[in-house]
Amino acid sequence: MRNAFADEVTKLSMDDSRIVILSGDIGNKLFDKFKEQSGKSFFNCGVAEANMMGVAAGMALSGLRPIIYTITPFTTTRCYEQIRIDACYHNVPVIIVGTGSGFTYAELGPTHHSCEDLAIMRVLPNMTVLAPADEVELRQCLRAALKQKSPVYIRIGKKGEAVTAKKNDHFEIGESITVREGSDICLISTGILLPIVMKAAENLSSQGVSVRVESFHTVKPLDEKTINDVFSRYPVVAVAEEHSRVGGLGSNISEWLARQAPMKGRLITFGVDDEFMHEVGSQNYARKKYGLTEENISRQIFTAYKDASI
Amino acid sequence: MEPKKLQGIANEIRGRIISNSHKTKMPHLGSCLSCVDILVAIYFYSLKIDPANPRDPDRDRFILSKGHGAPALFQVLAMKGFYPESMLDSYGEDGGVFAEHPPTPDQLDGIEAATGSLGHGLPIGLGMALSARIQEQSYNVVALLSDGECNEGSIWEAAMMAAAKKVDNLMVIIDFNKWQATGRSEEILALTPLVDKWRAFGWDACEIEGHDMGQLIDVLTKEKNSEGKPIAVIAHTVKGKGVSFMEDDNNWHYRIPSEEELASARKELGLFK
Repeated sequence: MRNAFADEVTKLSMDDSRIVILSGDIGNKLFDKFKEQSGKSFFNCGVAEANMMGVAAGMALSGLRPIIYTITPFTTTRCYEQIRIDACYHNVPVIIVGTGSGFTYAELGPTHHSCEDLAIMRVLPNMTVLAPADEVELRQCLRAALKQKSPVYIRIGKKGEAVTAKKNDHFEIGESITVREGSDICLISTGILLPIVMKAAENLSSQGVSVRVESFHTVKPLDEKTINDVFSRYPVVAVAEEHSRVGGLGSNISEWLARQAPMKGRLITFGVDDEFMHEVGSQNYARKKYGLTEENISRQIFTAYKDASI
Repeated sequence: MEPKKLQGIANEIRGRIISNSHKTKMPHLGSCLSCVDILVAIYFYSLKIDPANPRDPDRDRFILSKGHGAPALFQVLAMKGFYPESMLDSYGEDGGVFAEHPPTPDQLDGIEAATGSLGHGLPIGLGMALSARIQEQSYNVVALLSDGECNEGSIWEAAMMAAAKKVDNLMVIIDFNKWQATGRSEEILALTPLVDKWRAFGWDACEIEGHDMGQLIDVLTKEKNSEGKPIAVIAHTVKGKGVSFMEDDNNWHYRIPSEEELASARKELGLFK
């Protein structure tokens, strides 16, 4: 995903001289082509993220389109006040890219985990929150973000994420992509968990349950049209995300649901527990620990579906 | 403009700030009075900016990084002509734009950044200064900091980046009044030697008497150095400057003048209703 990000930004900057990349001393060689092409628009800001965010806001106030890139906790929690005031309060088009979201950097420990970013970003006024599933969605998110006049946060993985086949001809911020049609239940995925969600849908399908899958690349603004549709239509709607169950997409949808008159659909959420993961482990280990596996997701949904059918 | 004339403007603005504080109960009087001369020298002498065209892309930028000096800045901007002075009659009223800190630029002409949380203005100013380089423009950026604000790590992050990238169209002025909200700045966090700190961070740093218009003019029109260093000016000031019973008394960080104190202050400043 990060290679696709560097590649797409380099392509986009050929036609848009306003693009500036600010890196927090990561991405060694990642931006070589960009630097070759637009050297004066690349800044390694060092390990000083608060300043980096302020610098980006100052550039955006001066007509440029700064893109900030570093590991997710350092471009979100580390400089949160600068995001809130410099980017959001001023309502300027700063694009904040967090690489290694969720448990992508599981082995590096909780300092590098990021299971709170969707929550703290979506509460900020003026902020758009995007979580592309793969590099195809990432490229589309970037292009769409550059058309915004306000701050955008893009949560991405690391590298080697599988691309999920889906209709990609139409992309709009705030409009989810239907990856798979189904008539019994709906599974909503946000971000890099999509391949697992797709496998869970396959499992359910082999058990005779027809599953619709939606890829929510946009966490905020919430695609209320799709949400309204699926909760009106299906008895079970499940949301899966590599993020805390507090404040993420599932939380966003539950807030929406609580404001509606009772609907047909029951909401089930899959996400990370409200705790730090102290044990050492890989991303797969972490996913297993918090039930973000195709087996657990399909099993729980199957039970819920059967309960709803009685 | 002659230093003496600038001093007259500063005097008038001091009177207006104190009257406004009495009327609207706005605090930070001491902090405002310590930076009035600096603001007047910047706006009425050095800054290339046209109040009739406040968003001109080639204008110089001034950022009040010490946002709690807004009651002083609002008076200066009005006198400079960014908006009618009568607009300030609504100061502090519900639904208005004039409060304790500067609003966002889209809310009021003349404002470049909404400050108030310390340590934000310099990084934003650095971004603006770098933008001039990227977009091949020749404007300068000046950021006014308080000494207490230098407690913030983001100030020193920006200082290092500005030096590394040789940002020579950026100037920092520190309103060094030796106080912060609740005590002597030196006792709270070791600040001094401030000029040496900025030099050690790679800046072209100097010290001046921050209430001396002649020295302010000289430093604001200083030639750029040949090494591409950003400029830091440590302006020694007195908190509450201009009114004997407010000078160097930190109670005036939050205290609001009574009617008698207002009258006596205006009298001292040679201003009569």
